[in-house]
Amino acid sequence: MNFPILSSLILLPTIGALFILFTKSTSGKYQSSKYVALFISLANFLLSLYLWYVFDKNSVDFQFVENREWLSGFINYKVGIDGISILFVILTTFITPICIISVNATIKNRLKDFLIAILIMETFMIGVFCSLDLVVFYLFFEAGLIPMFLIIGIWGGERRVYSAFKFFLYTLLGSVLMLVAIISIYWITGTTDVEKLYELGIKAEYQNLLWLAFFSSFAVKTPMWPVHTWLPDAHVEAPTVGSVLLAAILLKMAGYGFIRFSLGLFPIASENFTMLVYVLSLIAIIYTSLVALMQEDMKKLIAYSSVAHMGFVTLGIFTMTQQGIEGSIFQMISHGLVSAALFLSVGVVYERHHTRLINKYGGLVSIMPRYAIVFMVFTLGALGLPGTTGFIGEFLILMGAFEKNILVAMIASLGVILGAAYMLWLFKRVVFGEMNNQDLKSMKDLKTFEIITLSALVIPILFFGFYPEPLMNSIESSVENTLKMYNFELINNLASKD
Amino acid sequence: MENFQYILPEIFISISIMLFLLIGVFKKNSANLIYNLSNLSLVVLLALIINLSSLDTIYLFNNSYLIDNLSNYMKIILVGSGIFVMLTGSKYIQVINLNKIEYPILILSSILGMMIMISSNDLIVFYMGLELQSLALYVLASFNRDNLLSTESGLKYFVLSALSSGLLLYGCSLTYGFSESTNFDQILINSKEFNYGTTFGIVFILVGLAFKISAVPFHMWAPDVYQGSPTSVTLFFAILPKIAALSVFIKFLYTPFANMIDQWQTIIVFISIASMIFGAVAAIGQKNLKRLIAYSSISHMGYALAGLATVSNQGIQSSITYISIYLVMNLAFFSCLFMLKRKDKYYENIEDLSGLSKKHPILSFSLLIVLFSLAGIPPLAGFFAKFYIFLAVIEQSMYFLAIVGLLATVVAAFYYLRIIKIIYFDPEKEEYDTSHNLGLKITLAISTIFILAYFIYPSGITEIVSKITMI
Repeated sequence: MNFPILSSLILLPTIGALFILFTKSTSGKYQSSKYVALFISLANFLLSLYLWYVFDKNSVDFQFVENREWLSGFINYKVGIDGISILFVILTTFITPICIISVNATIKNRLKDFLIAILIMETFMIGVFCSLDLVVFYLFFEAGLIPMFLIIGIWGGERRVYSAFKFFLYTLLGSVLMLVAIISIYWITGTTDVEKLYELGIKAEYQNLLWLAFFSSFAVKTPMWPVHTWLPDAHVEAPTVGSVLLAAILLKMAGYGFIRFSLGLFPIASENFTMLVYVLSLIAIIYTSLVALMQEDMKKLIAYSSVAHMGFVTLGIFTMTQQGIEGSIFQMISHGLVSAALFLSVGVVYERHHTRLINKYGGLVSIMPRYAIVFMVFTLGALGLPGTTGFIGEFLILMGAFEKNILVAMIASLGVILGAAYMLWLFKRVVFGEMNNQDLKSMKDLKTFEIITLSALVIPILFFGFYPEPLMNSIESSVENTLKMYNFELINNLASKD
Repeated sequence: MENFQYILPEIFISISIMLFLLIGVFKKNSANLIYNLSNLSLVVLLALIINLSSLDTIYLFNNSYLIDNLSNYMKIILVGSGIFVMLTGSKYIQVINLNKIEYPILILSSILGMMIMISSNDLIVFYMGLELQSLALYVLASFNRDNLLSTESGLKYFVLSALSSGLLLYGCSLTYGFSESTNFDQILINSKEFNYGTTFGIVFILVGLAFKISAVPFHMWAPDVYQGSPTSVTLFFAILPKIAALSVFIKFLYTPFANMIDQWQTIIVFISIASMIFGAVAAIGQKNLKRLIAYSSISHMGYALAGLATVSNQGIQSSITYISIYLVMNLAFFSCLFMLKRKDKYYENIEDLSGLSKKHPILSFSLLIVLFSLAGIPPLAGFFAKFYIFLAVIEQSMYFLAIVGLLATVVAAFYYLRIIKIIYFDPEKEEYDTSHNLGLKITLAISTIFILAYFIYPSGITEIVSKITMI
């Protein structure tokens, strides 16, 4: 197939953004631009579904590879997907239209600019998951900072400036070291092409430092304890849609990066640093869960729960077992859906009552029954109840962890309990209980577009919770291949030492 | 006599200068005419240089004048940016009443001096070119003579620059004394063996040159001069002398002093690191945009020098690429600055940008692009400029330089973000004038599109630059 399907997937949102930029708005509310954006993002979603349909799930190779000369012959623009990345691409194209539908509720001014920012953001996010060259990856990875900075800064809450700066500078600081590592890799091996690097391998003596450089970037973006502090700020101040994008997709870039680059390129170093990742992940799981328990702001609570969930993800990846990695990928997809849904749910009540403080709510079940139902599904998804996607991810990760290190697995299991505690308590305080606040009485139940967006999220959460096979199918052979290469390198290295 | 065809550009511009001077003296109210004629002559000059650039290396006048790929490329970007500087500034100098006949003539003579600097292959020819450009610049800096800041900046620039020229001259004489020649190639041959005299010579010459490109610790003049000079002159300062001085830097380091790399490499690394850090940190507290861009240009020069410190063709090429992209970014930034006009008054403080995005979406979008590009965020042109530099630096395993440089970009990102914050997040102010002259709009459009679309075909400049080899 010669049609550059991945590049069109990457470029389509940008073209849509340009289109919106150059069209005059029909009315003061820019409705037409919203429909253009929705149309473009849905087209992109369908395109990615088609991609999944024609994708050969049994092959371990990268598919739909495009390789073009780009930087004066020595660095190529190379994109391609395997079973792992395709899921993230679909997640991105799925979440974006949902964001665009929900835009009306939260964005009061400069809707047109906002839509452009979201579409540009989509381009960069898809680009991250498709790129098969380190420089191209870095380009997309960093470029995403620009629209996100503007989304938080222009449309955010009161402390938006502080949060936007913190977000930008934290992630930039982490990433510049990765740039040094990428350039070093180029001079050590002569290429930044990921596929070629998998074949060539990187000498053991360089791996530790390179791994740490990549880690500094991914750890900030994941975010791992102790560099997670930008996330709660960014989430709280970002508009609902910004939080959704941030939680659902941006955080996944780092997890994806760990699997694709840290494991794939530096197996020996990954083995050396396993303990470090375990410890940081466990602290993230336990500590941030405890912090989440004490939050008074709903968004902040969910933000901290994101950190805990991502702790599970990093833990699972570095168990280096089939179950652990599969579980991590599943957990990322699941968290992408669930956290997006939770932020949207918070957005629903925030828009009606203009506060995110938990103690201002209570007894919503009697006035907003539909809302109570969907919110319950998401809560259960977040705490990992069997039958939701959250369960499968956490279960597989813990299985992988038990295989490698029982103590780590046991501590991590505590996190599951804590997760149930803070989520259920949140649910109880918001939805059940006495309705003390009389202002709440006037709140209306879900509107049509909210029902559409939220049920669009309920369906996959439940469906893949009961029947994870389609997703598992897609990642299985790729994960197997990653692990095979990983172990092969390790054995090679041991053999060369003797 | 047949050699004269090769210096046709220089001859042409000299004759134009004299002609324009005569027109100015004998014809009343000819300022506009001369301004336009000067611009036209720059276009012709550019055509003449491009016409010559297909030739190989040519030595002229007893090997004291050299035309090669480096000098041709540098002259092209020099004159090219000169045209845009004239285009963008034309309205400005009318509004603030500086439209005098001397203004374009001084700019032309300064450009002539820079061309001689770039092509020189001899200490004496080099110094002649340097002084020609400097003398024109002293006058330009204080051109707004009724303005206290402008006269101060002119005087300050004159005193400090004269001092540095003195040091430079002292270095030249030491070099001449110990290597028995003023010719660059001859110095190279005669300096095979280490001696202290030439080493001192190098240090003094580097000090003089570092002053010209305002690298730390010889940067003190830059903020005051940038702020005090008329904005159109500041733009000129920010771009053209840097191109010329960087070109001379490359020439000095890799022709006469190529045998003494050990002696100068540490100096360049130090200057580079100091400029990167100082430029980034000192810009944080600035309130005036011109002053801020002075500090920003200090740190940008640090990056350009980092490429030179690598002692490799790759490094030299990356520096040249860097300065090419840097000049486009500066053109774009200053074009935006020229647009901050309200009823014949220009605004240049950061607060004046407050809430700009609401009334002037296109202008603020351009500024956004330029500022992110200056900060080096991908996928904008500024990222590629830095990328090439670090590619060259890491090739030579100079990790310390690379990491310090990249950390400095994070610090620098802060103050660029601060401007973006003021443009986009802060409450709006009064509207600015929306009618601007065509040259300004075209410059802004071209430079913004260049920055934005650079990633589509990033090898364009690199391919041209890859012809420049010094080692």
